[in-house]
Amino acid sequence: MHKLIDLQHISKAFDSNIVLDDMNLYIRENEFLTLLGPSGCGKTTTLRIIGGFENPDRGKVIFDGTDITAFPPNKRQLNTVFQKYALFPHMNIGENIAFGLRIKNKPKAYIQDKIRYALKLVNLDGYEKRMPDSLSGGQQQRIAIARAIVNEPKVLLLDEPLGALDLKLRQDMQYELIRLKNELGITFIYVTHDQEEALTMSDTIVVMNQGYIQQIGTPEMIYNEPENAFVADFIGDSNIIDGIMIQDRLVEILGVRFPCVDSGFGENKPVDVVIRPEDVELTTSGAGILQGTVSHIIFKGVHYEMEVMANGFEWLVQSTRMFPVGTQVGLSVDPYNIQIMNKPASEDEEAIGVNE
Amino acid sequence: MNKKTLAFPYVLWAAAFIVIPLCMVFYYGMTDTTGAFTLENIITIATAEHAKALLLSIELSFVSTLICFLLAYPLAMILTNMNVSQHSFIVLIFILPMWMNFLLRTLAWQTLLEKTGVINSILGFLHLPALEIINTPGAIVLGMVYNFLPFMVLPIYNALTKIDNNVINAARDLGANGVQTFFRVTLPLSVPGIISGVTMVFIPALTTFVISTLLGGSKILLIGNVIEQEFTQTGNWHLGSGLSIVLMIFIIVNMVIEAISDREGEHTSL
Amino acid sequence: MRNTLRKIYIALIFLFLYAPILTLIVLSFNDSRTRAKWGGFTTRWYLSMFRNQAILQALTNTLIIAFLSALIATVIGTVACISMQMMKRGSRAVIMGITNIPMLNADIVTGISLMLLFITLGLRFGFMTILLSHITFNIPYVILSVMPRMKQLNPSVYEAALDLGASHIQAFFKVVFPDILPGVLSGFLMAFTMSLDDFIITHFTKGPGVDTLSTKIYTEVKKGIKPEMYALSTLIFVTVLLLLILVNKTPSGKSTEKRKLQPAKQ
Repeated sequence: MHKLIDLQHISKAFDSNIVLDDMNLYIRENEFLTLLGPSGCGKTTTLRIIGGFENPDRGKVIFDGTDITAFPPNKRQLNTVFQKYALFPHMNIGENIAFGLRIKNKPKAYIQDKIRYALKLVNLDGYEKRMPDSLSGGQQQRIAIARAIVNEPKVLLLDEPLGALDLKLRQDMQYELIRLKNELGITFIYVTHDQEEALTMSDTIVVMNQGYIQQIGTPEMIYNEPENAFVADFIGDSNIIDGIMIQDRLVEILGVRFPCVDSGFGENKPVDVVIRPEDVELTTSGAGILQGTVSHIIFKGVHYEMEVMANGFEWLVQSTRMFPVGTQVGLSVDPYNIQIMNKPASEDEEAIGVNE
Repeated sequence: MNKKTLAFPYVLWAAAFIVIPLCMVFYYGMTDTTGAFTLENIITIATAEHAKALLLSIELSFVSTLICFLLAYPLAMILTNMNVSQHSFIVLIFILPMWMNFLLRTLAWQTLLEKTGVINSILGFLHLPALEIINTPGAIVLGMVYNFLPFMVLPIYNALTKIDNNVINAARDLGANGVQTFFRVTLPLSVPGIISGVTMVFIPALTTFVISTLLGGSKILLIGNVIEQEFTQTGNWHLGSGLSIVLMIFIIVNMVIEAISDREGEHTSL
Repeated sequence: MRNTLRKIYIALIFLFLYAPILTLIVLSFNDSRTRAKWGGFTTRWYLSMFRNQAILQALTNTLIIAFLSALIATVIGTVACISMQMMKRGSRAVIMGITNIPMLNADIVTGISLMLLFITLGLRFGFMTILLSHITFNIPYVILSVMPRMKQLNPSVYEAALDLGASHIQAFFKVVFPDILPGVLSGFLMAFTMSLDDFIITHFTKGPGVDTLSTKIYTEVKKGIKPEMYALSTLIFVTVLLLLILVNKTPSGKSTEKRKLQPAKQ
């Protein structure tokens, strides 16, 4: 598909602190792309470079075939929804939404129509005359979105827009954003540190750490096939265990051999093995590949979360069946649910990982 | 809760030393020496001599306030953009001069401005015409700007630093260029600071008698000089109080404007 | 380019603000009785200053009034802030409104209003009347610098102290006071500075024979300022400047900040 935005060899440092290092990333038209990572990973800087609020030290930003690296924010065909809304406190809601259109000298009637349309779209009809500070956080966020989309940008940049909202509202807004995205048919670039948000909404997730892209893929790929220990650890819970790849489709973990489906790692090679807690199957003692003892159990609603001591490793296990503390259990894992990853050569390399 | 009674000393103090004295100004201003009610003292503002002093005061303080604003706003913007980590440092630089007596500082301008003073020596060295500003209204304006400029800079600086950077970014993002962003976002959001700056410059400038005495020679009389003379030389407190009431009308108008902008400021900052 | 212009602009403004101060410092070393011409370098004004009883008396008066008025204003103002915090919005607004009067009112009107009050009360004009006036115009500065601190204060902190067994007074001095202390201190400093620099209100409320530095200078204006006055002002200014540099250089400010942050991390 068509590359709408293409970031080429972007580097950025603040003082001596390198935030982005030779980053390459493209965003397709009509894609919901999420930049996901812990704070300080460079995701917000990437967004600000696309928005024009930061200039990269090196590299180019290509938008629809044009190099816009040197363009100021007001010359870019994209709009931003800011982290803390950034509504104009001295203007009412209608004036806030009309801001961009008035700058472009659009006719009055057109502006009025657009305000009404945008307010309807974000379910806040009739709020034109209210002042921003009389609105709740969730409502202000919707207005911030409305203010951005009336300008019909090709791309909407969202900088942790749900960060300041409480849990319930955050979940509602996630569905709202997906609906909006589908109705508008434009590209969303979304920045968050919340993996659940990323997994729920995105077409594509870009996992970042310490200024480097760790993995790019669909939510399913990122969750099921993390490419390195960082991604595995950051997305969801996981058991990351040292292992040795005996041969293709056979890995040894904690002295026990497990059949798996990965190949091409060589023979007798040290690897990292990732097993999601919901993929560990517990059976009665004696059955399974490993034998262990339940050491902790917590009720989590949908499932129980248990820690099982087996062969010197504390396994994190999620199961709908309950095994009281002290129970002897057998553990097994479906070969398809074992994810093998190359070990980084050193600690430092962990951050670098994949970078096409 | 007995904590409320802790305010009692201050309430008493404020009543005794703020409210009652003000009432006394009104009492003296509206009575004659026999204690009978009269508006005579207030109406004398219309006499040529007093009206001239008041108009000159208004003119000079207006010009000074305008100059202060024009000098202070760019300065406040530059200071805001400098991202000084120590907010208090900026405040300090402007308050520090106050530790040198204000009369001496103002007098120092005489030395600087005199015919053979420092500034004219420099101008002469550069073959520029000499300034003959001392003992003119121009010197009074300069003295006012010099003394009150910090009171314009600090409130505007405070208002500007409070503006969320992302609000500015949002304006740029929505297509506004630098000039549009300034007039539609930055300037309106700094209005509370401007109003309090204008008040803090205009009122002392309007009512000063010191700066005119020090830099204006003895010929230029401002309304402040007239009132001061009524109290310390002529001894006509009734007339002096009457003229003070006229001054207070300006002050009250200013306070009302200030109060309204304060309420709006509170409204928007919530 | 733009940056250079900005720097030039700032430099010009500061030249404007500090040129008179520089002039006064230069004059204090001028070996000539008139300020109109340079008579060579001398430090004799600094020596004769200490033998000039009138100047020393004015200095003592100024400092005592500044210190006492700032101290009393700080106590009254801080206590008022604490109790205003507990008040209903309405009564608080009234008190704050009255507090604003001396700030917004012209000094000359404040001065004559106090003068009329003291005359009516039959007080003898002198040290006492100046002190009362200075306390009056100092309290608003204290309140305006303590009040914002007070508003930032988390009310639960006070309740937590009570919950942990502290009495009201203990809770205040151990928990609330340390938190508003920066506001109290800056209020005191502000009040001290304002008192020191005041001329107009002192002019109307002082009696014959009692002078502060300001009123002394004012009476000297017509006869010509004595060079000792320049020397004294220079000395005061340089002392304050050195004190401020010292305070800013010592890392004590930073360490208190760290101390504040630490409990949050634990």
